[in-house]
Amino acid sequence: MKIQILVRLKPGVLDPQGRAVHHSLEGMGFDGVEDVRIGRLIEMDVSDDTSEETIKAMCDKLLANTVIEDYSIKRFAAETA
Amino acid sequence: MALNAAVITFPGSNCDRDMAVALETVTGKAPMRVWHGDADLPANLDFIALPGGFSYGDYLRAGAMAAKSPIMSAVIKAAERGVPVLGVCNGFQVLCESELLPGVLMRNANQRFVCRTVGLEIANTSSPFTNGFTKGEVIRVPVAHHDGNYFADDATLDALEAEDRVAFRYTEPCNGSQRDIAGVLSSNGRVLGMMPHPERAMENAAHPGLGGADGRRVFESVVESLVAA
Repeated sequence: MKIQILVRLKPGVLDPQGRAVHHSLEGMGFDGVEDVRIGRLIEMDVSDDTSEETIKAMCDKLLANTVIEDYSIKRFAAETA
Repeated sequence: MALNAAVITFPGSNCDRDMAVALETVTGKAPMRVWHGDADLPANLDFIALPGGFSYGDYLRAGAMAAKSPIMSAVIKAAERGVPVLGVCNGFQVLCESELLPGVLMRNANQRFVCRTVGLEIANTSSPFTNGFTKGEVIRVPVAHHDGNYFADDATLDALEAEDRVAFRYTEPCNGSQRDIAGVLSSNGRVLGMMPHPERAMENAAHPGLGGADGRRVFESVVESLVAA
């Protein structure tokens, strides 16, 4: 089973990288960019019987730092991934 | 009294030798060198140091994977027993990621690597690492990091200040850290994480403006505290 974990900075946590990219986009002449936030997409191939609890434990213990980051988990059925 | 110190080396540590030399200078005994993959620490340890560097290439987040290495379970247990633990730079990041210290070290606010000597105000003088200093005193210690921007939520920061757990504050803009925090103590004061490198400020150089021995006093404080205990 393929899963995707999207790790993003929590709202309100300053994202210097996003701000720098925002600044560059404006410098390139792109108007109307209100905000830029940069996250991390982690793709994993796990056995089909991997529980939601196990995946959450992976996120809580390593993949995300919940002091500053939120995460969401998306599962893909094997045939559509 | 020769103290038993250990320096932990992770894959990508690069200040471990400097840390070992600094410890030998103040304790008179070469510290044991411990590999991250070891499950146990040497017996009868008096002091543990987590050095600077770029463990696991800073992949995922700085210190994240080192914090889950086998030796860290033993370090956490030793810290719970009250063995003093000092984490410098990447070592600080590892201590935060292992939850021995609160908060997290994010990318520097200006996105740039910062490598220079900065002023540090002594904020705490009751821990084994800082009791050789005077409150409010300013020392100068080098920093060299890309991810030193200390972040914690306001409630955590308020608690750290109320409990006198901020060890050092930058006296000048450095990396965007919340409330200029450069070093943080555990609730029992036995674990210190700091971004500046005291092991790089061990002696005064002949040339004015080079070197400095302010970092040495952090190690001397610990040794004197341990000997007195």
